[in-house]
Amino acid sequence: MDINDLRSMVTVLTFATFIGIVWWAYSGKRKQSFEEAALLPFTDDEPVDENWQAKRKNERIAP
Amino acid sequence: MQSQATYNYKVVRQFTVMTVVWGIVGMLVGVIIAAQLIWPELSIVEWLSYGRLRPLHTNAVIFAFGGSALFATSYYSVQRTCHTPLFSPALAAFTFWGWQVVIVLAAVTLPLGMTSGKEYAELEWPIDILITLVWVSYALVFFGTLVKRKTSHIYVSNWFFGAFILTVALLHLVNSAESPVTFWPMKSYSAYAGVQDAMVQWWYGHNAVGFFLTAGFLGIMYYFVPKQAGRPVYSYRLSVVHFWALIFTYMWAGPHHLHYTALPDWTQSVGMIFSLILLAPSWGGMINGMMTMSGAWHKLRDDPILKFLITSLSFYGMSTFEGPMMSIKTVNALSHYTDWTIGHVHSGALGWVAMVSIGAIYYLVPRLWGKSEMYSVKLINLHFWISTIGVVLYIAAMWIAGVMQGLMWRAIDVDGTLTYSFVESVKATYPFYAVRLLGGLMFFGGMLLMAYNMMKTIAGGQAVNAPVLAVAHA
Repeated sequence: MDINDLRSMVTVLTFATFIGIVWWAYSGKRKQSFEEAALLPFTDDEPVDENWQAKRKNERIAP
Repeated sequence: MQSQATYNYKVVRQFTVMTVVWGIVGMLVGVIIAAQLIWPELSIVEWLSYGRLRPLHTNAVIFAFGGSALFATSYYSVQRTCHTPLFSPALAAFTFWGWQVVIVLAAVTLPLGMTSGKEYAELEWPIDILITLVWVSYALVFFGTLVKRKTSHIYVSNWFFGAFILTVALLHLVNSAESPVTFWPMKSYSAYAGVQDAMVQWWYGHNAVGFFLTAGFLGIMYYFVPKQAGRPVYSYRLSVVHFWALIFTYMWAGPHHLHYTALPDWTQSVGMIFSLILLAPSWGGMINGMMTMSGAWHKLRDDPILKFLITSLSFYGMSTFEGPMMSIKTVNALSHYTDWTIGHVHSGALGWVAMVSIGAIYYLVPRLWGKSEMYSVKLINLHFWISTIGVVLYIAAMWIAGVMQGLMWRAIDVDGTLTYSFVESVKATYPFYAVRLLGGLMFFGGMLLMAYNMMKTIAGGQAVNAPVLAVAHA
């Protein structure tokens, strides 16, 4: 096995890691915590606007 | 809910003011060299000749203007999304003063002709050492703040800022490896030679675009677009995926700067393919920013800050489409070494980098000086239109000039001789250089309006440090 096999393996491993990240990010389990994370800049005196909050409420109520 | 401690806004205020100051200086130098290309007699003395002012222009706009904007916005948003003041105020102050010394040294040594000759890394070895010290301090302050955060999650803008800080450290250390020769005049030789030197340089050069001018400013986008629009980012998962896609891809795109050179052909092809792949993660960021506006597009009508931010995303989308196209070898055969490249760079630098920074600075100034809004919102609107028209004039002129130059250089008569001499293409470019100068002057004029507006806002306000907010436990 020469150094080029190692290089190919690294490429394949990196690609697999990336696919893993995509799978992780889009797994249903993460949805809730990502939604909370997206609100991090708004945990202050300037919250998200009312339209958005109303929209989210509707989405929650809808089946 | 609120604790006694306040955020460290002092260093943010300092960098905010210097962003505007260095923006004006850097763009003024740009206007001067644009004029020199039309009227070469403007190179009165050697210190102010085109060859010495051009690196001063690029260093000033990228590292002084863009750098200060990144310091200001990253320091502001990392504290607020981590609910904790900056780690080590002393080190933070050192990053400010150290960075200003680097900029002043650049403004002295470059006109004196001291340069290592590496594009975007021209500064000589003693300045390289100072940059390293400042950058390590920046990393300590930034990551130190992340470590002592009160929130469990690290918000996505901090991931982009973090990647920008780490990668720029790596790029700077590797590309600036050099043997010092003399201290004054500052002189060194690169640790690499020949085509390896060229490849290291453009690995650096393209990742400076990818991590300094892209990842860093995407960090700005991910905090300031949602804040100004008043709604969270469109898709958090998309931000995670396009972040990692950018990280995995950008590192390999550098060889497209060396098409048809002594660089091995396969390396050029690898660079081209990775540049084409880059379209996806780049547009991921653009779409995510744009879609954040969905359901709130009406806000664009009367919010000029939002206009700046969203227009910057349009230019980001345009230039990240143009870039991969230009990296295709056959397209590059036409575009390389022409003014098309200059047009492409400025569509990114003025349209994306400068506009997103300007939007973020307009957001910051009232909040840092205890006002509800800028002194004049009308002036922001005027600034927006004058700079947008300026960018469009600039890049359209350079596109036409570049394609024309490329076509003239490759035109061949039936007997196999070149149809045009080089100087004929220079002559044909004159009118476009004039349009470019006009566009540049407009963008520069917009920055003067911004400085006036900022001065008036600061004069009518008072420096405030907002209290650190306690974490709400949902």
